[in-house]
Amino acid sequence: MMNKNLVRQFEKIAGAGNVMGEEADRHAYAYDSAVLDSVVPALVVRPDTIEQLGRIVALCNENGTPLTVRGSGTNLSGGTIPTGTDAVVVVTNGLARILEINPQDLYAVVEPGVITAQFAAAAAEQGLFYPPDPGSQAVSTLGGNVAENAGGLRGLKYGVTKDYVMGMEFFDVNGEIVKSGSRTVKCATGFNLSDLMVGSEGLLGVFARIILKLIPPPKASRAMTAVFASVEQASEAVAAIIADRIVPCTLEFLDNFTIRTVEDFRHAGLPVDAEALLLIEVDGHPAEVSEDAEKIQEICRKNGAVQVRAAKNEAEKELIWQARRDALPALARLKPTTVLEDATVPRSRIPDMVKKIKEIGRIYNLDIGTFGHAGDGNLHPTILTDRRDHKEFARVEKAIDDIFDAALAMGGTLSGEHGIGLAKRKYMEKETSKGTILYSRKLKQTFDPKNILNPGKMIGD
Amino acid sequence: MADIGKLVRLLKELEEDLASCTRCGMCQAVCPLYGQTGRETDVARGKLVLVENLSREILDDPQAVKKRLDRCLLCGSCAAACPGGVPVLEVFLKARAVITGYLGLSPVKRAIFRGFLSNPDRLDNLLKWMGRLQGPFTRSANKILGTSCARFMSPVIGDRHFMPIAAAAWHTKASRGFSGPRQDGRIRVVFYPGCLADKILPRLADAAMEVFAFHDVDVFVADKAPCCGIPALSSGDVKTFSTLVKKNLNIWQPLDFDYLVTPCATCTSTIVKLWPAMEDYLWDKSRKTKEQVRKIAAKTMDISAFFVDILGVEALPDAGPETVTYHDPCHLKKSLGVEKQPRSLLGAAGTCRLIEMKNADQCCGMGGSFNLEHYELSEKIGAKKRDAILATGADTIATGCPACMLQITDLLSHAKSRVTVQHPIEIYARSLREKQKEKPK
Ligand SMILES: Cc1cc2nc3c(=O)[nH]c(=O)nc-3n(C[C@H](O)[C@H](O)[C@H](O)COP(=O)(O)OP(=O)(O)OC[C@H]3O[C@@H](n4cnc5c(N)ncnc54)[C@H](O)[C@@H]3O)c2cc1C
Ligand code: SF4
Ligand code: SF4
Repeated sequence: MMNKNLVRQFEKIAGAGNVMGEEADRHAYAYDSAVLDSVVPALVVRPDTIEQLGRIVALCNENGTPLTVRGSGTNLSGGTIPTGTDAVVVVTNGLARILEINPQDLYAVVEPGVITAQFAAAAAEQGLFYPPDPGSQAVSTLGGNVAENAGGLRGLKYGVTKDYVMGMEFFDVNGEIVKSGSRTVKCATGFNLSDLMVGSEGLLGVFARIILKLIPPPKASRAMTAVFASVEQASEAVAAIIADRIVPCTLEFLDNFTIRTVEDFRHAGLPVDAEALLLIEVDGHPAEVSEDAEKIQEICRKNGAVQVRAAKNEAEKELIWQARRDALPALARLKPTTVLEDATVPRSRIPDMVKKIKEIGRIYNLDIGTFGHAGDGNLHPTILTDRRDHKEFARVEKAIDDIFDAALAMGGTLSGEHGIGLAKRKYMEKETSKGTILYSRKLKQTFDPKNILNPGKMIGD
Repeated sequence: MADIGKLVRLLKELEEDLASCTRCGMCQAVCPLYGQTGRETDVARGKLVLVENLSREILDDPQAVKKRLDRCLLCGSCAAACPGGVPVLEVFLKARAVITGYLGLSPVKRAIFRGFLSNPDRLDNLLKWMGRLQGPFTRSANKILGTSCARFMSPVIGDRHFMPIAAAAWHTKASRGFSGPRQDGRIRVVFYPGCLADKILPRLADAAMEVFAFHDVDVFVADKAPCCGIPALSSGDVKTFSTLVKKNLNIWQPLDFDYLVTPCATCTSTIVKLWPAMEDYLWDKSRKTKEQVRKIAAKTMDISAFFVDILGVEALPDAGPETVTYHDPCHLKKSLGVEKQPRSLLGAAGTCRLIEMKNADQCCGMGGSFNLEHYELSEKIGAKKRDAILATGADTIATGCPACMLQITDLLSHAKSRVTVQHPIEIYARSLREKQKEKPK
């Protein structure tokens, strides 16, 4: 609980109806989608306006009260779990206005609580395309996407959230508005602070308005599947496709465990004996699309695919992507707890990584399904477990350590898209350096001398 | 039961289901309530966490948890969209039962559920009186009844535009036995109108009977119509729920029939899904009773699904001049996967062209007691439905649930709209009537 006087001040800013102090309410803001312990905050505030948001930040700073911004609370790294029971959680889903969509100049301005898929749909209504499509897009907020630098299925060709942030306004700890970037394609005014905010996980500033880039949508697309008897062959096919200078918009991979699980779940006729299944989509100009699709099928065959199929119509295409969408839900049903990791390796190391993950699963006697973005090396080893089984969960934690070690040894990274938060902060130094941590801490200290913005996350204290 | 230890023990029985929620938050995308309020305690993930924390004694305020659990339309949108397959509604209902068992039922609810709902004769009598008085009496009865099927008892609450109560319950006039012993090839159906069709929308039950007759189905209508129990169940009153299940079973068990058919989405999904789900909360826990319940559940069907899937009624190639749009009741599409059949039945009428509305499967905001206790929120959720309906410009809105029909009538009537609200079976019945008129003698 928080002292009454301070609560009253929050109420004055945001209105009593937007301040939640009752214990049961606070319990609902103690977790996110990461498999970590909950921490119940002292207060939850849900502002209606950006102006309120700024005043809330300032009030927290004046009182030295730690503040964790929360969008939809779907991040997988503990970024919105309050650092301590004295923290205020500030929910942004009341700040969900799309302020502008500009079809002439190809940009949009949004508040941070706009839901990703709703924004993409609004852009599509104007004939425009917002490519970043995290699996959580139906619920995630754009603010959360920016703060985690969220990726998605289209990362290979279209990039990730950071490639679409043209600029933003954010609050510093004093509640002052900081502006960076612009509505123009070119902008060389001042430090590039909005890039610094991308992936900042709520540690450096609180986003108020974000300027996002939009692009014209592709005119045509074609989806296909290729079945392989070994992960190596699938991986060689991927390398060959890219060596042929074709960049598919999506290039997804399912391992045998995942294929079998999805098939058990949907009975869509997936090849349960296959070691690897590639799901591929190309888009662009119709002529280019059909040429690329032909070439890809040929390359897959040459690299040992036992079966290659192209979707003949929308319905068949839908079926292909249904299989990919089913991967996580189908796996999640096998056991109560699903630990979804996102260790990422250079594309060419996928076979080694898949092999290594299998081995780790064997060593610790765990079920691990692996699927993910073959095109960019971003794999999702998904460990199926039961958190209540403490012995098994201890093995899970060891397995995760090993997975990260393996990814780093292959020149990869801890996180392709889920961020560091609490979950991976202990590995940070391993991937970077001691100097990196110290530099980052100094940076934070400068921006946030009282250490109130999501303290303890990512770089520790 | 004022023993918190027992509360915790009973909640612990839900542990497996609670643990299956991965907290992915995907339910946020579909929860109509969360869509309005943006509050985590309104969405399934938050509610499940509260129940779990209560069961783990991390939170020790059952009253506060109940208050938040009760803010729910029980629409099942979350369960239908849940990647992990968490049986959200079952967990909610069981938790409500356990917590209500601990806190006790409010005196008003006790009076209504135990005094009237669990006693169909008394309920019929009360309704007769209400039908005559319709005014002050119902006003005083209003807050009491807490659910979709129960709303018929509270027709004049606040600003609601309601359907008047029928002068006498439909079943008192319509009850009939099977035509005789089982005949080869003739399907035998027990028709269960459900409280709303029975007491407020008898025209719907009449339409159903016409269609049964046309398709030569042998129909049984009981001379008693005990409620399916959902009002009591959603208030956590498992005792009344159990009594009602038993009363219905007693009527149906001795009969030789193929299907139990209802025109009410909520009754269908209650019998098909919730009766078996709540089998451990019934009057006796014997295997025999459980089997009986499961058997009945397996025979129970929505009326559109019955005519399309069993009797093979098909959409005609030509649509008529009128236009109709269809709202998917949550309890049909999300609970039972019934979405094509009502549309096929509309097509089979051959009198109207279907224009799909935007988000046809978005909840209308009725949610039983939710509408009574949170009328404003219910209205806001409903406003989206109203706009979607009006945007189609259709002459008629059809939907397979009398509770949705009442909510939509209320919404449209406030908007001074002339769109008519019908059940697909009514539209199909009318087309049969017209076709018969056209037939040369
Ligand atoms: C089923 C599932 C699938 C997923 N798939 C993907 C995927 O394909 N790709 C991917 O990248 N991620 C994925 N995620 C992870 C997650 O959805 C993303 O990290 C998403 O960006 C989080 O958005 P959110 O609104 O839930 O943010 P939250 O979880 O609420 O917050 C995330 C971080 O952003 C910060 N933050 C939020 N708003 C602001 C603001 N206004 N100012 C400053 N900081 C802010 C928070 O403090 C926190 O550190 C998935 C998650 C789930 C559960
Ligand atoms: S969608 Fe299902 S698993 Fe995910 S948070 Fe909601 S109830 Fe839990
Ligand atoms: S049943 Fe409906 S209202 Fe209740 S939590 Fe689920 S989606 Fe929300």
